[in-house]
Amino acid sequence: METAIAVKDVQVSYYGKQAISGVDFEIDQENVIGIIGPNGAGKSTLLKAMLNLVPLDSGTIEILGKPLQDVRKQIAYVAQRNQYDWDFPINVLDTVLMGTYPNMGMLRRPRKKDREWAYECLQKVGMEEFSKRQIGELSGGQQQRVFLARALTQKADIFFLDEPFVGIDIASEETIMRLLKDLKQQGKTVLVVHHDLSKAHDYFDQLILLNKKVIQYGTPSQVLLPDVMLQAYDSELGFLQKVGASL
Amino acid sequence: MGFIEGLIQYDFLQKALLTSIMVGIICGVLGCFIILRGMALMGDAISHAVLPGVAISYAIGINFFFGAVLTGVLTAIGIGFISQNSRIKQDTSIGIMFTAAFALGIILITVLESSTDLYHILFGNVLAVRPSDMWITLVIGAVVLAAVYLFYKELLVTSFDVTMAKVYGLRVGLIHYFLMTLLTLVTVASLQTVGIILVVAMLITPAATAYLLTDRLSMMIFLSASIGAASSIIGLYFSFTYNLASGATIVLAATALFFIAFLFSPKKGVVWQHFSARRSRKQAINQ
Repeated sequence: METAIAVKDVQVSYYGKQAISGVDFEIDQENVIGIIGPNGAGKSTLLKAMLNLVPLDSGTIEILGKPLQDVRKQIAYVAQRNQYDWDFPINVLDTVLMGTYPNMGMLRRPRKKDREWAYECLQKVGMEEFSKRQIGELSGGQQQRVFLARALTQKADIFFLDEPFVGIDIASEETIMRLLKDLKQQGKTVLVVHHDLSKAHDYFDQLILLNKKVIQYGTPSQVLLPDVMLQAYDSELGFLQKVGASL
Repeated sequence: MGFIEGLIQYDFLQKALLTSIMVGIICGVLGCFIILRGMALMGDAISHAVLPGVAISYAIGINFFFGAVLTGVLTAIGIGFISQNSRIKQDTSIGIMFTAAFALGIILITVLESSTDLYHILFGNVLAVRPSDMWITLVIGAVVLAAVYLFYKELLVTSFDVTMAKVYGLRVGLIHYFLMTLLTLVTVASLQTVGIILVVAMLITPAATAYLLTDRLSMMIFLSASIGAASSIIGLYFSFTYNLASGATIVLAATALFFIAFLFSPKKGVVWQHFSARRSRKQAINQ
């Protein structure tokens, strides 16, 4: 199986403060991978580094064997929901249609077949009956499904999702998870920054446990072990114990 | 004499009407992107920043169009440079740079003792539009409308989701400065009609009015352009009939239309929301 993402000895800092350093791992294609770790562990920073949104202090990142700049269009990104202006005058179908932009040249406009493809992707997430709604009128789970539909429209090979399950309903979560597994069956690679450890076991083929660096990388049963988790969540656990003691 | 008779009889009034309608349209179109990107202050800044350029152009005897575009774009670059290379936030950077450019403009106009009438540049005098001014406005209008049409997709995605645009490799910085250039062009086109001080009103008020009326960007742009044009016609009527400054009457016409939408817009209007809230309360009580 081919390597989808190769991260080699990557360091990123903000304003002179190291967010992640010595991060090193390789991901094979056809995987659904979760990135877990405590708050401030650098999960979003790692994601941004892989999306070429922040400069690297050192190290390299290759996607599909090529430098990031050459494979941008093969990468689809679903940001956290709080990133968007939900009052923006745009409806569901036009939002999904944006997924066709990366593979459309400058000065080109979406055509009928692009609209049909966007609608098809909207059907995959079960949101076609809402196609004319303004995006702010949807529930959190529906909004997340729409943005997944937009990512599907892009026909990408690598999918990055940042905390997609925060504040959404169970039905939407299941729909999204089912589609991510479908993508894997189609040979795609999916990376999800994830918070809820209780479901990590069922959702992911591999987990990357992060706390400034990679603490552990492997199958859920290799990562979700008490002594391994303790290494990453040490500071938070120490805090909890202190709070517990004072009560 | 009535407005309509004047329009038939006087060439200058026809030119004034045509010019101000074009200004209303292009300000309305571009204004949609300005308000959706949260750049109302930037609109104000760029419009003020053309003043030194206008002064220099008059002094060395070239069309004020060239100088205005130059200092407008330079100020936009300066604002970006300061906020990207220090901890100064964007709005602060805007405040520093545009007041500096404006102050420089005032000094240049005084020192160079140019024949420009500061009052007319600041507040506009559409009834004194010369044929050359009208043509500049029409050409700029055509360029701006064509640019927005051709780059609609890029303007939309960078306004709604700049991160996605960056991820797929769109040069978002370039698009920002492209928009700033269009903004400068629109300001230059508006100089005669509403003047530097009030251009920002034409950029944001019709767009904000349209924003209250629709949930689709294409419709918002169309409505905003129509509202801008309507404001120009209504404003020009009052300016001509009661001998008032055209910039002021046009802006107040746009403001009046805004408040009508603010109060009575279906779904989003204050009055409508009040009644629908009352109705649901009554229903709740009756049940």
